[in-house]
Amino acid sequence: MTLATPAVAVEKFSGAYESLAAGSSDVPEWLKAVRQQGWATFSELGLPTKRRGNELWKYTNLQPLAAADFAYIVGGLVTVDQIKAAGPWDDAWNTIVVVDGKFSAELSNLHDTVGLDAGSLAEAISSGKGDIESQLASLAGREEYAFTALSTAFIEDGAYIAIADGTELEQPIQVVFVTSDDAESRASYPRMVVDAGANTSIVLIETYLNLSDSAQFSAPVGELFAGDQSTIRHYRVQIENESSFHLGTTRVRQLADSNFTSTSFAVGASIARNDVHTLLDAPGATCTLHGLYMTSGSQQQDQEISTTHAKPGCSSNQFYKGILSGKSHAVFSGKVVVMRDAQKSDATQKDLNLLLSRGAEIDAKPSLEIYADDVTVAHGATAGHVDKDTLFYLQSRGVDEETAKAILVRGFAEEMLNEFEPKALNDFVERITDERIPILLAESDTIGTA
Amino acid sequence: MTNQNTISRESDLSGGEYKWGFVTDIETDLAPKGLSEDIVRLISAKKEEPEWLLEYRLKAYRHWVELEKSEAEPTWAMIDYPPIDYQDIYYYAAPKGTNEAPKSLDDVDPEMLETFEKLGIPLQERAALAGVAVDAVFDSVSVVTTMEKQLGELGIIFCSFSNAVKNHPELVKKYLGSVVPYTDNFFASLNAAVFSDGSFVYIPPGVKCPIELMTYFRINTEGSGQFERTLIVADKGAYVSYLEGCTAPFRKTSQLHAATVELVALDDSEIKYSTIQNWFPGTKDGEGGIYNFVTKRGRADKNAKISWTQVETGSAITWKYPSVILKGDNSVGEFFSVALANNHQQADTGTKMIHIGKNTKSTIVSKGISAGKGSNTYRGQVQIMPGAENAVNHTQCDSLLVGDECGAHTVPYIEVRNPTARLEHEASTSKVSDDQLFYLMARGLSEEEAHHMIITGWSRDVIKELPFEFALEASQLLKVSLEGAVG
Repeated sequence: MTLATPAVAVEKFSGAYESLAAGSSDVPEWLKAVRQQGWATFSELGLPTKRRGNELWKYTNLQPLAAADFAYIVGGLVTVDQIKAAGPWDDAWNTIVVVDGKFSAELSNLHDTVGLDAGSLAEAISSGKGDIESQLASLAGREEYAFTALSTAFIEDGAYIAIADGTELEQPIQVVFVTSDDAESRASYPRMVVDAGANTSIVLIETYLNLSDSAQFSAPVGELFAGDQSTIRHYRVQIENESSFHLGTTRVRQLADSNFTSTSFAVGASIARNDVHTLLDAPGATCTLHGLYMTSGSQQQDQEISTTHAKPGCSSNQFYKGILSGKSHAVFSGKVVVMRDAQKSDATQKDLNLLLSRGAEIDAKPSLEIYADDVTVAHGATAGHVDKDTLFYLQSRGVDEETAKAILVRGFAEEMLNEFEPKALNDFVERITDERIPILLAESDTIGTA
Repeated sequence: MTNQNTISRESDLSGGEYKWGFVTDIETDLAPKGLSEDIVRLISAKKEEPEWLLEYRLKAYRHWVELEKSEAEPTWAMIDYPPIDYQDIYYYAAPKGTNEAPKSLDDVDPEMLETFEKLGIPLQERAALAGVAVDAVFDSVSVVTTMEKQLGELGIIFCSFSNAVKNHPELVKKYLGSVVPYTDNFFASLNAAVFSDGSFVYIPPGVKCPIELMTYFRINTEGSGQFERTLIVADKGAYVSYLEGCTAPFRKTSQLHAATVELVALDDSEIKYSTIQNWFPGTKDGEGGIYNFVTKRGRADKNAKISWTQVETGSAITWKYPSVILKGDNSVGEFFSVALANNHQQADTGTKMIHIGKNTKSTIVSKGISAGKGSNTYRGQVQIMPGAENAVNHTQCDSLLVGDECGAHTVPYIEVRNPTARLEHEASTSKVSDDQLFYLMARGLSEEEAHHMIITGWSRDVIKELPFEFALEASQLLKVSLEGAVG
């Protein structure tokens, strides 16, 4: 408990909020109410710059974000070629492109696919598609969390994906969140709603990138509904530029025997948080949350990963790997909650880190909260470095030092990279990793020294 | 310590299993309830303290007042209790006639001797045979310290904190607050302002203390808080093994216990600190019990070793994180813990290992048992500072759930700022396996016996770290504390 302090940086966003509220006469009443609630919550919370006594933000310093200024204007210039050059792309995929928070019909590459409704969230809202009214902001936006509250206050557009019961799609669906190629620093709040019906099977790729080097602030929120016996193979690629702020949230609700498998690749932004929560809300649900983060320079990467076992017989698996160099800072905050009724739960949690330099810092908090007795839960975390014996071993086999170091770092990342199955995606993350490793090594001063 | 079977059981009304819940009928010297600068002055005056110590207390008190004003009482632990009214507590309670320290056991009130006898604490000189020296603390004061003379011949100082202030002020002044400053946290500030008594140990350079030193804490007076202060200094190359035990009477009102323990292990020394915490845990329905908010920390200099072993079966609320600051190169910190929360008990306990020196090493083994409606949280922090080259930590924390209404939580904080560090953290949560139970029961053990055997075996990594007599008691305690949780 602390004395009430004024919420930080609320005024920075209030002008944009007021003009959005004033200019949205065609927005349904229910959405206005949702936005208002989001704004009320955010006004109370402000930006969470206080770290002492604030468990959620103990390790990540948001002062630079509070100090920065952003415009809330949409509509810059982007071409398909730019997107294809900057991120993963395959013409066979259904790709939705969201520019500065707004769906772009011209840039999106959508095929006529039976059972798939993919497109603009704004349109889904105005035409009242499916369960949008009850789904939107139901998993994210009503809790006491500054960035989902802020995003909810600014709900306007993004991506909407609905998969009809029984539909199994072989080709991935990609959503690219991109900011324009100009010097403007923007704030954007793209939303994504994925409604996967019963017995569906999809591959979903979320890609976050910038086309310029200017500082961007985005607080994207994805809400995913996994129906009975659905299978969602999810990938999240975040390669924003190193002056940007990325505060991303993913919320998943899983029904009976559904399977949600996610692998994240996070190397971008100046300050980034990947906040994922899966709610195992019916028996037999399974979730797998994996990820690789690589940081260099003065980057901050924060993985906030939590799973709630609400019903019996579910299983979850969290496994993250980090490679840190320079004066960068990474956080892994994992949490597994097993509720009283969730007997026969099975949960594992693991975070492994490779530190390459003095000045790099990893803070890991793999926590468990267990209220049911018939469970099997295990977790682990490690931090270490590449020791000189390992390096010597490779060198003694004729591999030069630089190559040996690269092999070892690459080897550490390999098992995560292998999880990216779609060919174009796999090629992409491997390419980015191979570009990153020399940067990590250039900033490394301890690899193989002890 | 093995004569507890001869102690007659309290009636069911007193919470059944808690056998240490009797009240000693003794005249008590009480300061008025509540906390103020006057009370701090009164405590200091009662103890005839020097001016510098009064100043220290007052600074601490003023700091605490500020903390209270800014609502800085910590709320991050996974414990739930009604707000503590700090003005509704006796900050000083002493058995009458103890203003003068007793010269020998003959001067001690027989009622008091009987109390400790009933608790199984050997105060008589025959205690020498048991191979322990005992400092007995009753409410706010140390009643008697045995074998002071024999230890004195080795240059070892083992006495009540009050006596240390009188007889060894230079040592107290030098080390008091050096590991846990009065600004450390809310409860440490409170303790620094109002601490009553406790033990003081000093082991001179190169001396290995030949016997175990033990302090036994007893809360007796209703509505009183206990705020003891323990300071142990092992000079260069010294060794000491110190034991601490505690109990309190059965009461339907809760009592606050906010102690501070500081360990200073100078170069090449070793301090082994073992605790059996068996404060009154409250009734089956969650009434009463001790609120145990304790700050324990040690500083290990070059090549020094500090080892904390704790068996926590008592208290309604436990908030306790015995820690080691690994300041010197090659220093070692260890933490072995078994914590049990049955009925309505809530424990949030663990450790902090702060690696500052090079080649520092820490080991954490924590076993949490939750039963009934109990809640047990392991909260631990391992911090590797930038200069801690080649630091190593291994952490293992396991939780066992007995019954489906309890909770077991694990909250480790791992903070690494040096790339040469090696850290491993492992944890598991499970229940007692049906297969293991079946196996034992098929061989004629009752369900309760089988549970006890499995739990004792599961806790063995920690229990074996305890001195022999304590290990026996710990195993018994686990059994008694779990009664009624099974079957």
